[in-house]
Amino acid sequence: MANRYNLMELMVCVAARQLEDGKTAVIGTGMPLAAAMLAQKTRAPNLIIMFEAGSIAPQLVKLPLSVADSYTMTGGLMLSNMDETMATCQRGVVDYTFLGGAQIDMYGNLNSTMIGTDIQKPKVRLPGSGGANDLASLCWKTLVITPHDQRRFVAQVDFLTTPGYLTGPGAREAAGLPAGTGPYKVISTLALMGYESETKRMCVESLHPGVTVEDIRANTGFEMLFADNLIITLEPTDEELDVLRTQVDPLGLIIGKRST
Amino acid sequence: MSDGEMNTSMGTLFSPPDVEGARQFFAAKSRVLTDKLMSVSEAVTQFVHDGDYFSSGGFGMIRISTAVLHEIVRQRKKNLGFAGHTSTHDFEILAAGRCFDRCDVAYIVGLEVCGLSPQARRYMESGAVQVTEWSNATLGWRLKAAAMGVPFLPARALLGTETFKYSAAKEILCPFTGQKLAALPALYPDVSVIHVHRADVYGNAQIDGISVADWDLARASKRLILTTEQVVDTSEIRRTPELTQIPYWLVDAVCHVPYGSYPGNMPYEYYLDKEHLNEWLEAEKDVATLDAFLQKYIYGTQDFAEYLALKGGEEHLAELRAREPLQRG
Repeated sequence: MANRYNLMELMVCVAARQLEDGKTAVIGTGMPLAAAMLAQKTRAPNLIIMFEAGSIAPQLVKLPLSVADSYTMTGGLMLSNMDETMATCQRGVVDYTFLGGAQIDMYGNLNSTMIGTDIQKPKVRLPGSGGANDLASLCWKTLVITPHDQRRFVAQVDFLTTPGYLTGPGAREAAGLPAGTGPYKVISTLALMGYESETKRMCVESLHPGVTVEDIRANTGFEMLFADNLIITLEPTDEELDVLRTQVDPLGLIIGKRST
Repeated sequence: MSDGEMNTSMGTLFSPPDVEGARQFFAAKSRVLTDKLMSVSEAVTQFVHDGDYFSSGGFGMIRISTAVLHEIVRQRKKNLGFAGHTSTHDFEILAAGRCFDRCDVAYIVGLEVCGLSPQARRYMESGAVQVTEWSNATLGWRLKAAAMGVPFLPARALLGTETFKYSAAKEILCPFTGQKLAALPALYPDVSVIHVHRADVYGNAQIDGISVADWDLARASKRLILTTEQVVDTSEIRRTPELTQIPYWLVDAVCHVPYGSYPGNMPYEYYLDKEHLNEWLEAEKDVATLDAFLQKYIYGTQDFAEYLALKGGEEHLAELRAREPLQRG
């Protein structure tokens, strides 16, 4: 059983299972893209994928390198523009957005702008919001996929680029963000997390095989909650792995090159 | 809904939403049908000035005008303002030339799955560039406000975040519903460049596939340079007017640049050259190797055609054509 799959493959498979068939999703670059493509090729063939650059409802045949490249447009229903995708989110039509993140806190707030304290002279300059702030503000449910360690799961993000539940219950609505929107799931190298409905705090729902509660605590910079009915994440199926390796990412751009 | 205090932002507004000034400018801009075909070198000399606020169409490494970006570096333009909207390889080129000193940021420094640009990071971490933060939708909607000729558009993004705090947006209350909104000031770039699939010599231009924010960018920009894969007769534009996104009176220069988005992707034409994009990232790791790299490909070349020749010319470009998944018809 050992080495039947690697952590990247596990994350992408778990992520793909969170997207329900027949729903709409705006997908970010990298690992979220691989997850959406795997979902479309397995349990969610009617997943309506949208890209912020303007491609609407493509049938993905190969992993795009950019959320705007030609591979986002194959088999599409409509090739539009950024205004169309973002306005569609603002209108309430988009169920999911799926993002990567540099830092995340217990309320699901994300930092992809900088490490440091001075925005005019940061220690590490990162890309900034891109479409993340818009998508996490305007789509109904936000999913995040990210490696799990102390540098990423932090008590306080260096810069609040993209809104999670901000400071807790009611904060999004008070800020003026659309009611009923917010963080939904986080898929990490260690676990699948959701958010507790009362406190809006991040809460582990399932531990990946071989991971302990202690591992989570040791790799998280804030107090993580754990579901009462904590379960073990289902391993990737042979079918999921096969589709992922042969159709979604045969070059190993996201899941890594396989050592044979 | 709106009991909370109103928050204020502290970012610098690099380009004011001067709708009256813009109306005067556009009223005076010539609408005479003239042949605007010229070289990239002439277009950049004539229309891009030190200190201008500049914007680049397409999406970072998709349908970008690499030829104009290289020429801006080659002519050593300085102190530009830059709209860092979906900017990846375009940002990387201008950061290598240290051409801008202020930037409206939506997406910069990264090249999506290809990683972060070491030179863009060094430049942005040096303190040499003043930044104001936005997001892809809100910076795009600033262009839409300008394209509509209104001083701002309201949006429901940015709110509650430090992206708002370091933007130059303002929180307002909706006069109808009382809801909090982010007011996004119109952005009128002094000069922009857009790479298109086909244009006539006057500047009537067509884009195939997604247009990102270029419909609004073309209309918001005071001066507009087009580079085009193909120069076609006006009769061809008139035969397929449903494909036209840019009418000629918006345009100041038309430059014929086949493979003009290389090493970026041009949908329906050629796919991106990931190997060369990696070569950029590799060269940037060290300032000395970057200097040699820029000397070889930009400062040491006369024009974009010479760069294409250095990168393997027709033979290599034919390979990239074969890699393109989208087919017409």
